[in-house]
Amino acid sequence: MEISKKDSTIPVKHSRKTKKIVVKIVLYMILISVAILCAGPFLWMLCTSFKGNENIYEMSLFPKNPTISNYIGVVKFLGLPKYILNTFIMTSAGIVLDVILASLCAYPLAKFDFYGKKLVTGVLLSTQILPAAAGLIVNYLTIGKLGLMGNYMAVILPGSVAVFSIILFRQAYFAVPNEILEAARIDGANEFYIWIKIMVPQIIPAVSTVVIFDFVNKWNNFLWPIIVLDPDKYPIAAALNYLGGMFNFQFGYIAAATIISVVPIIIVFILFQKNYINAVGGAVKG
Amino acid sequence: MADFEEKAQKHTNSRAAGNIIENRPKKNFKKKLHMSLMAYAFMAPALIVLIVFVFYPIIYSIPLAFQDYSVIGESHFIGFDNFERAFSDPEFWTAMKNSALFVACVPVLQILSILLAVVVNCKMRGVTIFRVLFYIPVVTSMIAISIMWSFLFNPDGIINSFLLSQHLITQPIYFLADTRYALLSLMFVTIWQGLGYYMMLYLAGLQSIPTELTEAAEIDGAGKVAAFFKITIPMLKPYIWFCSLFSVLAALGVFDIAFAMTKGGPDKATMVMNLYTYNKAFGTFEFGYSAAAGLIMSVVTTAFSMIIFFYGKKGGMNNGD
Repeated sequence: MEISKKDSTIPVKHSRKTKKIVVKIVLYMILISVAILCAGPFLWMLCTSFKGNENIYEMSLFPKNPTISNYIGVVKFLGLPKYILNTFIMTSAGIVLDVILASLCAYPLAKFDFYGKKLVTGVLLSTQILPAAAGLIVNYLTIGKLGLMGNYMAVILPGSVAVFSIILFRQAYFAVPNEILEAARIDGANEFYIWIKIMVPQIIPAVSTVVIFDFVNKWNNFLWPIIVLDPDKYPIAAALNYLGGMFNFQFGYIAAATIISVVPIIIVFILFQKNYINAVGGAVKG
Repeated sequence: MADFEEKAQKHTNSRAAGNIIENRPKKNFKKKLHMSLMAYAFMAPALIVLIVFVFYPIIYSIPLAFQDYSVIGESHFIGFDNFERAFSDPEFWTAMKNSALFVACVPVLQILSILLAVVVNCKMRGVTIFRVLFYIPVVTSMIAISIMWSFLFNPDGIINSFLLSQHLITQPIYFLADTRYALLSLMFVTIWQGLGYYMMLYLAGLQSIPTELTEAAEIDGAGKVAAFFKITIPMLKPYIWFCSLFSVLAALGVFDIAFAMTKGGPDKATMVMNLYTYNKAFGTFEFGYSAAAGLIMSVVTTAFSMIIFFYGKKGGMNNGD
């Protein structure tokens, strides 16, 4: 009897194992096909950027005579370094300002007991829901009145504080134990000193999250720069749109410029994907 | 004011400090006044920027909609003239219709994202790499995406070449230049880009479900599919509501892709509301009229989100009971 029992279990186990393998294979096939769908356009663009202008519509993925002439072309004739410099100036200035202003602003919201705290918090959160019907128009008029039209500051200033960053920082300050703060206050340290020496080191992980979010947003920013800047001062995404319209016959150039514009974002994202994805997931939970 | 909550928080955070404060009310007031000054000093730079560039536009949008604002000369209050003009403009209605049609993306996008999230939630070798890969379109600028897909959609492009070579079609399809396909093509690219984003949100949702629940159900004899519908989906409900709401608002507010890929063409087939208001503002510089059209759109989207929010809340509560 015992033997027959054993006999019957072996095939069951075996079939279960094969079933598991089949499921795994199917899952991997789904993953790979979605991966091809996601990465395909990028790869196609990458290959196109190495093709000469005569065989741009070649069906083959790998170009027959790969050339870097498109990359030389965009640097030489389309002035890509200039646009990258513009992007770099506006992105870095915007990130630095956002990190400083938002972390300053979030500190009392998380740790102080002050008059109007609930009002300020409520108004800040409401901006996440309320749409500004004519936000672009009103800001355009404001920038005009400030005399900043055509200036890098026209882009840097309106984006110098993101409410989302304030929310992220506020969350981070909450996690810092109050005992540290009270101890420093009893020692008679002034509030600014406490902030910079005690609080800021505690929220460094949140700073890196804000930096990544800002980097992605500001690097990809195109609409507002198109409205307030001259083409000479466009950041890369706006320039790409502008050049795409002007040189649409030069597919190779546009492909190379597109690749150059997306590579920094992809690298930064892959390096910091854990931070980024945690923050995206955490935003819904909170 | 907010004292009650503050006090409660203080109590839980540091009981000792809270007791001292309560025993000396006068000092408490002085201390709070001092802390308020400090607080506003810390917040002032950020608040000034936000007041000028975020709050002021939200408020000033409304009176602007009732003016015949012109860049030169004076502007006057003209009552509801801008709104009347919008409602009698056929292009306005086309834009409204196209924005509403774009909402058709939402169910497709949400279902695909949930399924994909379930797949990448499986414990498999290399699954993290796939998650990251699926997310890359999300962080790519819409301009770059538009250029890539315009290449692919081109009449001589890879998609048409492939379909022609397989004899699935006899004539190249003008994905972006044919009024029948243009909006659909934009919706396809939108889904393509959004998939990774919603997948990641649903993944966060799936990981918040205790594995004991689904495991217990499977031990009890429920199949994987039954466990998915009876346990996973109900547990994901808050996430589904949140993502759907977010996605509906994004669909109604679609702009980037229409601006970058088709500029509203061919023959207004991809003219959407936000592109319409943008064109009125920065194409023809009719600021007052554009603000009015934008205000109509804001009212519609706010109403939409209210309905979904309250309906979702109700559904969620029923589920909880």
